[in-house]
Amino acid sequence: MSNAVSTAPGPSVGVRNSKQTEQRKAALAWLTIPALFFFLVFAVIPLAGVLILSFTSWDGIGAIGAAGLDNWFSVLADPGLYNALGLTFLIMIVSWLVQTPISLLLGVFTAGSQRYRAVLAVLYFLPLLLSSAAVAIAFKALLDPNFGLATGLGLPFLAQDWLGVPQLALGLVIFVIAWQFVPFHTLIYQGGVRQIPKSLYEAAQIDGAGTIKQFFHITLPQLKYTIITSSTLMVVGSLTYFDLIFVLTGGGPGNSTRILALDMYLRGFRANLMGPASVIAVILVIIGLALALFLQRLGGKDKQGSQLEGL
Amino acid sequence: MKQPQTSRRSFLALAALTPFAVAATSACGTSGPGASSGNGGASMWFLSGEPNQTNMQKAVDAFNQANPDNKIAITFFQNDAYKTKIKTAIGANQAPTIIYNWGGGTLKTYAEANQVEDLTSWLDSEPDLKKKFFPSTFSAATVNGKIYALPNMYVGPIVLFYNKELFQKAGVTPPKSWDDVMSLVKTFNGMGVAPFSLGGQSRWTSMMWLEYLLDRIGGPDVFKAIFEGKPNAWMDPAVIETGTKIQELVSADGFIKGFSSITADSNADQALLYTGKAAMMLHGSWTYGPMKKDGKNFVQDGKLGFVQFPSVPGGKGDPKNGVGNPANYQSISAKASDKEKESAKKFLKDGIMTDAMIDAYINSGSVPIVNGIESKLNTSPDKDFLNFVYDLAKNAPSFQQSWDQALSPTAAEALLNNIDQLFLKSITPQQFAENMNGTLGK
Repeated sequence: MSNAVSTAPGPSVGVRNSKQTEQRKAALAWLTIPALFFFLVFAVIPLAGVLILSFTSWDGIGAIGAAGLDNWFSVLADPGLYNALGLTFLIMIVSWLVQTPISLLLGVFTAGSQRYRAVLAVLYFLPLLLSSAAVAIAFKALLDPNFGLATGLGLPFLAQDWLGVPQLALGLVIFVIAWQFVPFHTLIYQGGVRQIPKSLYEAAQIDGAGTIKQFFHITLPQLKYTIITSSTLMVVGSLTYFDLIFVLTGGGPGNSTRILALDMYLRGFRANLMGPASVIAVILVIIGLALALFLQRLGGKDKQGSQLEGL
Repeated sequence: MKQPQTSRRSFLALAALTPFAVAATSACGTSGPGASSGNGGASMWFLSGEPNQTNMQKAVDAFNQANPDNKIAITFFQNDAYKTKIKTAIGANQAPTIIYNWGGGTLKTYAEANQVEDLTSWLDSEPDLKKKFFPSTFSAATVNGKIYALPNMYVGPIVLFYNKELFQKAGVTPPKSWDDVMSLVKTFNGMGVAPFSLGGQSRWTSMMWLEYLLDRIGGPDVFKAIFEGKPNAWMDPAVIETGTKIQELVSADGFIKGFSSITADSNADQALLYTGKAAMMLHGSWTYGPMKKDGKNFVQDGKLGFVQFPSVPGGKGDPKNGVGNPANYQSISAKASDKEKESAKKFLKDGIMTDAMIDAYINSGSVPIVNGIESKLNTSPDKDFLNFVYDLAKNAPSFQQSWDQALSPTAAEALLNNIDQLFLKSITPQQFAENMNGTLGK
């Protein structure tokens, strides 16, 4: 590696300049060591372990035995996998469709400087401070058809079997996820909107553009990268929704909310099938990587450049 | 040119350090059992929750005082957390000396992985200890003819509880046959009261219905064949009839509205019974204590009724048969040191089922699994219920262990998943039988 560097034709810059860059690069290499170390210990080694486990049969207690491709064939032939995959993507897409407009509008709204907006922003932010398990337990208690909010307030239309009917349970899971995570994305959009230079709006006003026109022609295009960031977090994050659904429905009723991450846990730690659970884990990693790369591509090649270019 | 080499060297040094870092992190996770094994005693994990936690703590304290050289260090965990943690700990060779379990399929996986000690010869050398317990309790502790666990604590049969007040109001008597059940469903629905309470999201609660129905319809041999993994054992016509009866009951609104979103660990199903929202409940005898504690004066005022599960016309099973948990079990880790094993055996023999513990269990409304306690049961304020449970356990020609404990963890998880779908009517009884048939031998 060092040979290649020394023999490579240098760029057409001064000698001193190139020396400085090299030193800086060396310093940067040193700085990456702690990060690399943790990445190795907590990401690469476990990942390799999971990959190896996916080719073994292990009940988590006894000896580990080689299984070849058996786990992969059995998991790929299992309709449960496709149910979980479908649900994962359904929750991902619907969550994105629900959360993005709400957080975008709330973000734009709270980006103003009036005091009442600041107060509201704090209120919107509250759900994010609660742990997922607490949110799930609270919603479960509120929606209990016999002892919940419906009987407490005398609202019969609320007395549905919310978590006991497959479609209702799925809808409710998406609602609770949105309730919990919209504040976070609102915060991202709020920050994004505040970065947009005021001069753009002033110019638009002079040209006679109204609020709606300003939103669609200035705010939205300027938020492109914020939307991509928020969407990446939403989409990749939705692959790991676990605690909330685990406490709220446990994957039920039936298999109607058994998403991939939950399926992995239930196979591994409930059914003692570590091999097949590892297969699911590997599939999850692949999907997560593919989605993250896809969303980065959406950002276009110029994403490294400044957003303020040309001003 | 020099810099990259340095960084590579230090990188290698860091890589060399990695195992130590991993060792350090893994050491953190096991401070519980590791702390105790130093001074020759034994470690033990047990379930939290009252009244058992206080009772067991008292037993350990008393034992430690009398045996300063064989001290027991006890740690408490919540039920579901324990089930996951103990599995992981055993897999990582970090198990406590005394492993609390429920016998059956899980114990079998431990025994076959050589993780638990064979106690057969020890029990043969301690005939008094072996004779102390109901003989029937040893079957779930036996794997391939060897005993791997000592039964203890109390028996937990599944009982049909009912709300006497609601039955008086309706002018009806508890069901004796499946026809009575179906007609009571109509009566109570007509009154605007749910016939049966059920915490269906927990799934093992729904399973209790299948256990009794299959026994009443096909007799104990049907599940015995399933347990032994005989080919097509799940395809027995009795299994299909059981599933059909369940779906008939669901269709007739036999269970409370929203049963599939109610969990048993919050005791909401018990609350439905004592608040009069539901007339009956099929549940373990262990719910008696909590209902007595939480139900205001429901139990004390004699409003709680209890009967055996009804018979099914034309069924092969004896209506005296029971299902449920024959006992709880303690095993000894095969990986423990000889000294730890010795302390553990001493505690299992002298420390757990002492007279004080037997009294404590009876006071909390449970029937300890020891012989010769009739006179004690009769002086308890809960003597009606205690005698009912005692007679049920003692006189049952067959006492089937809960299926999710009897089967291997893999088959049990598939079972619970399929039961959930059967109760939701998203699969037919035929599909249920076929799906379960695929798990035989797993």
